[in-house]
Amino acid sequence: MAKDLTKTLADLKEDEAVEIVQNRINAGDDPMAVLHDASQAMEIVGARFSKGEYFIPDLVYSGEILKRINEIVKPKLAGATSVKKGGKVIIGTVAGDIHDIGKDIVVFMLDVSGFDVIDLGVDVPVQKFVDTIKSSGAPIVGLSGFLTLAYDAMKETVDAIKKAGLREKTKIMIGGGQINDEVMKYTGADAYGKDAVAGVALARKWSAAK
Amino acid sequence: MTREEKQEAFFAKWVSPEGAKFANPQAEKDYKARTTRIKDAIQMKKLPDRVPLYLSASFWPVAYAGITPYDAMYDYEKNNMAFKKFIVDFKPDGNLGAAVPGPGRFFELMDYKLYSWPGHGVPKEHSYQANEGEYMTADEYDDLIEDPSNYFNKVYLPRVFKAMEPLQALPTATGILEMYGVAGNFIPYGLPPVQAALKTLMKAGEEALKWGGAMGAFGAEITALGYPVIVAGYTKAPFDVIGDTLRGTRGIIMDIYRQPDKLLKAMEHLVPIMIKMGVGAAKGANNPFIFIPLHKGADGFLSDAQYKKFYWPTLRAVMMGLIEEGVVPFPAAEGGYNSRLEVVSDLPKGTTVWMLDQIDDMARAKRTLGKVACIAGNMPSATLSLGTPEQIKAETKRLIDACAKGGGYIMSNGSFFDEAKVENVRAWVDTTLEYGVYK
Repeated sequence: MAKDLTKTLADLKEDEAVEIVQNRINAGDDPMAVLHDASQAMEIVGARFSKGEYFIPDLVYSGEILKRINEIVKPKLAGATSVKKGGKVIIGTVAGDIHDIGKDIVVFMLDVSGFDVIDLGVDVPVQKFVDTIKSSGAPIVGLSGFLTLAYDAMKETVDAIKKAGLREKTKIMIGGGQINDEVMKYTGADAYGKDAVAGVALARKWSAAK
Repeated sequence: MTREEKQEAFFAKWVSPEGAKFANPQAEKDYKARTTRIKDAIQMKKLPDRVPLYLSASFWPVAYAGITPYDAMYDYEKNNMAFKKFIVDFKPDGNLGAAVPGPGRFFELMDYKLYSWPGHGVPKEHSYQANEGEYMTADEYDDLIEDPSNYFNKVYLPRVFKAMEPLQALPTATGILEMYGVAGNFIPYGLPPVQAALKTLMKAGEEALKWGGAMGAFGAEITALGYPVIVAGYTKAPFDVIGDTLRGTRGIIMDIYRQPDKLLKAMEHLVPIMIKMGVGAAKGANNPFIFIPLHKGADGFLSDAQYKKFYWPTLRAVMMGLIEEGVVPFPAAEGGYNSRLEVVSDLPKGTTVWMLDQIDDMARAKRTLGKVACIAGNMPSATLSLGTPEQIKAETKRLIDACAKGGGYIMSNGSFFDEAKVENVRAWVDTTLEYGVYK
């Protein structure tokens, strides 16, 4: 009886999970089925994080294991790309701020949760957010920032989205080291997520409401 | 001497600094009152006359004085003018001197990769920011463990300072033993790239000296005016040395799972090095406070079990090493530390001061860590930046009500502030002076 990939990966047993994947691929198993099991594992990881059973290291480590799994599976996919069902989300660290650790965790968690994430990187100019909303039609934007200097850059970004006439159809969430309700109100965003999983929950809520 | 006696002797040197020339008798009186107030809060033996005030600012004094972070990093006179204005206008009991911005031109000469700074990767109006990376690779633990200094000299420093890249060729000092072959070790010093690098280092050294002179003069001037500098230098938690400086967040997280034993061993090797660094700085400055910025152990960054296994034991060992020499560890727990309060309470009473940042319930902090240590901080950065003076006043009172009873509390914020409304800082200071008096 083959060991359960979902459970093994969710329990962060790296070598075992990679071995299961290798064996399944060698045995001619459908690569999409392997990825499906892996993504179910990531849902469990996210749920455990929400419950306070897992912490940031567990999220990061699960991502690294998934990377190794993807490297094994990808060559077998032969053009079949996984369909992102969760909708588009634009994420970036706002202008003047170059911090990326928190942002990267959010991008990763959204990605494994099925969202089509457009990662604009760090120190993203206001106009780039506006242009990307226009070109991609993404209904959700996440603004990241670690410094208190980011408050103003976030506000300017939200204002620019408003000015471009895109505010009505765009939900905006913010997150970062010194973010709270007060900051959310100041920037004019719709919500803030205290961690990556909270960000995913917001994106899910907003996608479902559409 | 016992550690209590050593600490007392250290404090005595700080309260009555040898050779300090005070501007006038009042300045000397103020200096004594300020240092004594802080000392009493930390030792937890005597009630201070009022809650001491420490404003933990990074670039805010620069904005307050109307110059940019770029100006502060490239013009030491302007920098010192800004920090002096900040200290003289708000009169905190403890200050950090003027060294926070640092010398921009020095960083440029060295081509420092670990940071971006105003005009060099971030806008001139913003503070410097760290560029995390895997400056030490996953397979280099044995090299670090075997010979940390040699690893830093030959591998780490040439990676983070582009100007030092050619110095990888320099000999390992412990290989220079006898006359036979000794000259061979020195051949690299004759190579043109090494010589060019050494010339750059000489220029960088001159710049550092210039900056150091300006900082020294600032310390003397501000002390003469009656304002004590509260930090002699810094050291770090071994976990953060590896997580911030060497391996980066992702790197150290991988090591927790993939090579925990090597990580633990490397941290143990760093303990005596971090103790020596702190004790040396404190003795050099005749100032007992050694700052310890804490980063990767905040709430959520590690599980409770991981914190207890990987973070706290070696941090505690470093702190105990300092305490044994009479030095006062001054850890700053930036971010949340709610889940760690009980764990870190395992310290001798009256030997440390903790800067706290995002504590949900400061009364609980007082009941736990506050039993053995002076606690400081928790004025939120967001309120300083976005709130109103009324909010600040209410928050200041709330903090004093929750923490000040019986002494052992210093009014402060927990995360260095770059931004704040002037009227908020004013309300914060005034409320502390008024409401923080012990009757």
